Amino acid sequence: MSLLLNIAVDGIAYGMILFMISVGLSVTMGLMRVINLAHGAFALVGGAVAHTLILRWGLGYYVAVPLAIAVTIGSAFLSERLLFRRIYRLGELQQVLSTIGITFMVIAAVNKLLGSSLLSIPLPASLQHSLDLGFRVLPAHRLVVILAGIAVTIGLVLTLDRSRFGTRLRASVDNRNIASSLGINTDRIYAATFCLGAGLAALGGILGSELLPVDAYYPLRYMVLFLIVVSVGGMGSITGSFAAALALGVLETASRYLIPDAGTIVFFALVMALLAFRPAGLLGKA
Amino acid sequence: MSMVKRAAFAAAILALCSSVSWADTIKVGVIAEFSGPFAMYGRQYREAIETYVTKYGKQAGEHTIEFIYKDVGGSNPDVAKTLAQELLIREQVDYLAGFTFTPNALAVAPLIDQSQTPTVIFNAATSSINKGSQYFLRTSYTLPQVTAPLADWAFDQGIKTVVTAVSDYGPGIDAEKAFKAAFEKKGGKVVDAIRMPVATTDFTPFIQRVRSHNPNAVFAFLPGGPPTFGFTKTYNENGLAKSGIRFLGTAETEESNLQALGDAAIGLTTAFHYSAAHDSDVAREFNKAVKEKFPNAITNWASVGAYDGTHLIYEMVKAAGSDGPKALEAVKALKWESPRGPVEMDPQTRTLKQNVYIREVERDAASGLLVNREKGVIATVGDLGWSQ
Repeated sequence: MSLLLNIAVDGIAYGMILFMISVGLSVTMGLMRVINLAHGAFALVGGAVAHTLILRWGLGYYVAVPLAIAVTIGSAFLSERLLFRRIYRLGELQQVLSTIGITFMVIAAVNKLLGSSLLSIPLPASLQHSLDLGFRVLPAHRLVVILAGIAVTIGLVLTLDRSRFGTRLRASVDNRNIASSLGINTDRIYAATFCLGAGLAALGGILGSELLPVDAYYPLRYMVLFLIVVSVGGMGSITGSFAAALALGVLETASRYLIPDAGTIVFFALVMALLAFRPAGLLGKA
Repeated sequence: MSMVKRAAFAAAILALCSSVSWADTIKVGVIAEFSGPFAMYGRQYREAIETYVTKYGKQAGEHTIEFIYKDVGGSNPDVAKTLAQELLIREQVDYLAGFTFTPNALAVAPLIDQSQTPTVIFNAATSSINKGSQYFLRTSYTLPQVTAPLADWAFDQGIKTVVTAVSDYGPGIDAEKAFKAAFEKKGGKVVDAIRMPVATTDFTPFIQRVRSHNPNAVFAFLPGGPPTFGFTKTYNENGLAKSGIRFLGTAETEESNLQALGDAAIGLTTAFHYSAAHDSDVAREFNKAVKEKFPNAITNWASVGAYDGTHLIYEMVKAAGSDGPKALEAVKALKWESPRGPVEMDPQTRTLKQNVYIREVERDAASGLLVNREKGVIATVGDLGWSQ
């Protein structure tokens, strides 16, 4: 019984971190139809800035994290103006190549400026203690991540399905020409969505850094993980990503508890089986 | 030109060349990682070599030493072999050095045998490498060399039951076996042996499994960087430290990632051959010299392996110039005072005999930084994995 509870608690906490880091990718890749392999690079930028602000400049956690996300959004805005808006129009292979090229450039820049060792983001004292659940203890920051994940899901679903911005975004993606002839500024919509995706990447990178520590090679190390969550969930579906992340988190955690020697194989076998039956993902529209 | 004349001419040129090269530049090819995820090691090797050169000059005996750096980019035996070939044939190097990963070192064994090139390994820690060629010399350590003393020490401290948790790859399995063999020989019991997938990021399930056995200690072996960070964090957060399950490890608290581990690292016990906080004049001088030349440098096992390796190369060049077999003979039992303490070359295994230190992570009162404080010494251990 306590084993099942352990699997549930750890699986949900891990799944929520997977969700936090990949939901931004679901936004850019699924909604904007851009294959953005540079997604992890924005998470890295967010983490590296937070690390610099806290450890080199001595700012407090609660000041540094919003600031780091703001810096990431700023850099996403600039790179959208200069680079990505040219990439939207390219074919799929060219999008893959150019965004992975951007990833390598960001890695090299971080490596040059901060080195290739771990870029830790120390938690404030208020998040460092552990909570006693009765049958076991759970680190407080995992609870924060779970709550943040739920808040992000609700916020995104409301924004995309209910708000005027969401309607315009969906219109712009479905038919850019007609949308702009109806007076929607599609350029601005795309830029805003791109920045939203990057901001979520930064948030996920920082909040998730206790489990997926940030270093210069972060975008490459975890790229497969982000892509799996998005493809299993179905591109562009926020609730799909949410369900996929939770399912994958629980599955992987269960396999680690029960058959640790085969943990990785079980994970990938399940992902392949699922995609074989539902190529568009759990909640994707084919 | 007649045959005789031509032969005489060739002989003259040969004589001229060899006499010139004898008093001329000796080239050392360094094969290491200067790009990619492990670029830090290449940089540390280079910092250590340049620090040594600054201190002792480019001259060794009557020869000038020149280092040529080649980037192998990671664990990549084919590239390592190609680079070694290029260095030996085109650059005409007389010595090779570097090698972070075992496969890279093994790949060059036939080449250095054929060309009789002494090759100094700065890190790669599998015992069997040095059996691959008699021209290998190693200034790092081997896994059994630090693991077996840790098991013995733990048993003597009253630790009777241990769970081993290692990353599921070559070095991890070696460490698991070495620990289990030494610990059970003493009379201790390994109650569970967990092998964790290398790509693991969430260690909670494994830590919970350790906890369910409630052993006296957990022995862990993980590759440096993110996995170590995750494991030590989880170890603390899930209350293992509090409930008295001790952490035993080897390189997990190495210096370049130690500060990033934060307070979670305090109290972790490891056995290793080098600590940047080693208390000796040579160690302090070494750290000062590296920091003067490279203000951002952090010294760890990679720096000291390369520093001692450079010393070995200088001694070989002094004694024998470019004559490989003679150079090997000259240093096969060399003793010196290293920044890690007294060391000596073992003529049989060609790996250093050295002290193994039991260290505990502490926050240094003066600098406010985390350090590996040496708490005990197991004197001059050779390569315990050689005869296995």
